Amino acid sequence: MENIVIIGNGIAGISAARHIRKLSDKRIIIVSAETDYFFSRTALMYVYMGHMKFEHIQPYENWFWEKNRIELVRAYVNSVDTKNKQLLLDGSRALNYDKLIIATGSKPNKFGWPGQDSHGAQGLYSKQDLDLLEVNAPNKDVCKRAVIVGGGLIGIELAEMLRSRDIPVTFLVRESSFWNGVLPEGESQLINEHIKEHHIDLRLSTNLKEIKADENGKVKSVIIEETGEELSCNLVGLTAGVTPNIDFLKESGIELGRGVKVNRHLETNIKDVYAIGDCAEQHDAIGNRRPIEAVWYTGRMMGETVAQTICGNRLEYKPGHWFNSAKFLDIEYQTYGWVFGKKGRPDFEQHFHWRHSIDKVCVTVAFHKETQQFLGINTFGIRMRHEIFDRWLTEERSIDYVMEHLTDANFDPEFYKQYEGEITSKYNTDFGKNIKRKRKSLKRIFQMS
Amino acid sequence: MSTYDRSMALTGQPPKQLSRNQKLATLLGFFGLAIILLAAFNVDFPNKGLWLTISLSAISVGTIWFSWDMYANKEPGIKNDGVWFKSISSQGFWGWMAGIALTGFYIILYFYPEYLGLVAKGDNKGVIGLFDPLSRALSGNPASQWFVYGTLYTVAILAFGIKFLWKYRHNRYERIRTISVMFFQTAFAFIIPELMARLNGSSVLNGGSLPYYDLKNMWPLNYYNFEGYRIKGFLSSGDIGFALLIFGIATVFIISPILTYKFGKRWYCSWVCGCGGLAETAGDSFRQLSDKTVKAWNIERWVVHSVVVFVTLMTTAVIYSYLGNDTSKYWLTKSTFLIGVAALLTTVFALVMIFKREQLQKDAKYGAIGYFVIIMALIGMHFLSGDGNVFLFKSETLRKSYSFLIGSIFSGVIGTGFYPVLGNRVWCRFGCPMAAILGFQQRLFSKFRITTNGGQCISCGNCSTYCEMGIDVRAYAQKGENIVRSSCVGCGICSAVCPRGVLKLENGPLKGRIDSNQVLLGNDVDLMNLVNQK
Repeated sequence: MENIVIIGNGIAGISAARHIRKLSDKRIIIVSAETDYFFSRTALMYVYMGHMKFEHIQPYENWFWEKNRIELVRAYVNSVDTKNKQLLLDGSRALNYDKLIIATGSKPNKFGWPGQDSHGAQGLYSKQDLDLLEVNAPNKDVCKRAVIVGGGLIGIELAEMLRSRDIPVTFLVRESSFWNGVLPEGESQLINEHIKEHHIDLRLSTNLKEIKADENGKVKSVIIEETGEELSCNLVGLTAGVTPNIDFLKESGIELGRGVKVNRHLETNIKDVYAIGDCAEQHDAIGNRRPIEAVWYTGRMMGETVAQTICGNRLEYKPGHWFNSAKFLDIEYQTYGWVFGKKGRPDFEQHFHWRHSIDKVCVTVAFHKETQQFLGINTFGIRMRHEIFDRWLTEERSIDYVMEHLTDANFDPEFYKQYEGEITSKYNTDFGKNIKRKRKSLKRIFQMS
Repeated sequence: MSTYDRSMALTGQPPKQLSRNQKLATLLGFFGLAIILLAAFNVDFPNKGLWLTISLSAISVGTIWFSWDMYANKEPGIKNDGVWFKSISSQGFWGWMAGIALTGFYIILYFYPEYLGLVAKGDNKGVIGLFDPLSRALSGNPASQWFVYGTLYTVAILAFGIKFLWKYRHNRYERIRTISVMFFQTAFAFIIPELMARLNGSSVLNGGSLPYYDLKNMWPLNYYNFEGYRIKGFLSSGDIGFALLIFGIATVFIISPILTYKFGKRWYCSWVCGCGGLAETAGDSFRQLSDKTVKAWNIERWVVHSVVVFVTLMTTAVIYSYLGNDTSKYWLTKSTFLIGVAALLTTVFALVMIFKREQLQKDAKYGAIGYFVIIMALIGMHFLSGDGNVFLFKSETLRKSYSFLIGSIFSGVIGTGFYPVLGNRVWCRFGCPMAAILGFQQRLFSKFRITTNGGQCISCGNCSTYCEMGIDVRAYAQKGENIVRSSCVGCGICSAVCPRGVLKLENGPLKGRIDSNQVLLGNDVDLMNLVNQK
């Protein structure tokens, strides 16, 4: 019987294991140094905030693994010997494999700031990081102020977490507006305002120069690059992005870039070794996607794909239309298709932007200047139906069509205030159009004919 | 190790503490409760009307003040910070204390009302005496333990309803739903029946007197609705009484199936029902305590469906026992009735087996067992007795045990008393036969479902954690499947707490509603097909 070993029990590794089990009787072993059981990494924040206990963020009950004959090994993989098809665990034990799947995810970036390894300076990625945060910032008396460095998704989550315990937060963001490398200006502005509403001290265009520690090596303050200002604090959150967690592979002969280099079949340069999830790096980017995608659902999809390949149906990794979502404090964000911020926006991409006068709700629609083809949509404070936008993107609909049928795509709970009328009429005004918005049709939504 | 472990340390400081306003509000609320408690120890208040008003106002204002301080100065949004750090909402010390206090209250209420001051002949004393002025103002009669309970119940739904409205002020579905349960409790469960009692003996009712009737309370939740004394009451009260009896039957067989078909059982369980109303308002802080394991689900299905079998048999036996044998006196006789019940059950069973067999899968077997038990019992009833015996049990014994075991112990003592320990929908989930019947309709004959939004789920678990019915919502959402579960009461909280906009309660076409082959969008078409292969 073939021995499949998976390093990493995150969404990618677990998806691979589940689908290999669905398709075959192969022996499956998952090695993880982080936790005994799979948990949802994206939900770690809710444990700190007291919304859930750690056991709640484990999607499967503990009996699930034995029942499905998925063996779980709690160990750290020191190195991979691809010649002998062997892993070294905890510096002592060896584990043989016939096929190896690397799904080790990422680790927080550290950019060589002086003092970055002091006690109280930490990232937020793993279960261990969460436990460390409980030590560094259990409450506002132990942690009198926190400084967060890096204005991305993890940064704002960490800010929300700390605010849930009333810890004062200063948020240092390198960009001139929050996450404006990704978000168009209007949206980024909306989030800036919302961050301040939550009494977070947002400092834009501000970089960290240095972290200062006291005589015990504990963080006591940070120095700001631009002004030289010294901010005293007890926690420094380092949330300036993540990098693939692949140091243990350096001597293995597996081709590495920033991540583990893979082809479209998720195969590495060495036979029977695959890499999936956050740690995998495509030789060539797929469409507008980045070569390394640290996104929940791409991890899941790579796991499903590699399971097919390993079970004898060699398959290319072909992600569909881009989509994603996040939540910025109280504002939900969804995106379908491509809407670029200033950075990297192609010349043909034009935007239509609408924002409600009072509510924190806005929409940006991207379309092709010449062909009028709909390219993508960002929504803040409105939920949209994935299936509908996926269909419209496939059908290459025009922006006029999207505006006409926008109500079909709404996914907000029943009785919610509808903004589609306002959106369409602003579109008509902005572009001198005369689109009549159609009423919601279950027939169209569910494609009943 | 995370906080909920750490906060056990004596030196540690829990991250959530009451603010000064919250402490004062708690004090005020407990002052209101203390008046009732003092009355229970027979402290004789001079001006009962005034003291009752002070007490109920203090409880309401205390609750509302507390929630105002909790939510008013925060941005609209999900407010679950620290839920698992507070001892009251995480099965901690205060949770258990509250559970014990509530359970004790229910035991006294159901079994020892004399301790609350009920006096059969003469003026009430104690707590019940305190409530006399209000009862006289409404119905003209002195209060009973049930009036006291009804009043406190309504106050709880209104005060905690306001808390809920604040907490979910960003969510219109939750707001409208909550206003609905507050309205139905106040008007239908509390005021209308009391006012109706004023009509008793009047010419409008031909001098008859109606049984106490909460119109929205259907059989089998209202398991006693067709008992002999009530039928007599209805029939003695002229056209109005007859109309109410017909309405009672129509709610079960016509109105509820139609509404459940269109909207799912939520139209009742989380919009109208009083049990649901209390669970959604006063019980909201305990929704996360429901057990989500597969084991709990198995227990739930066996227990709740056994209650349905029990209540069906009990009601049939009771009606059977008071019907006659003579067709010339009244068209409905013992045997016509039994045949009618058997025919109805057979029709339902046959229709389900013919048209919905696929969707039931292995549950079909259990359905068949339940059906078989009832039919055998009906046959036994016919041949073994003239008095509605079911096997060896008299119908009266059956009625009494149902009333004691299910009506009192299950729905009250365990169902509500254990809110802080087992979650706020223990009764609705494990015990309520009404919920089971509506759930059966919802599963098989309804447009309602919770739609999963393609591939957006991140398996975070908020939906499952905050599902009061213990449904593992995430298990469906992360596979891209719709959630079509008979137990779902449609409270909408899973959708509200979802950080990624994945869940939507909606009424849509029947085709593709229960679709175990739902695809996760984002995958390319080939992979979807492969992943969906079974």
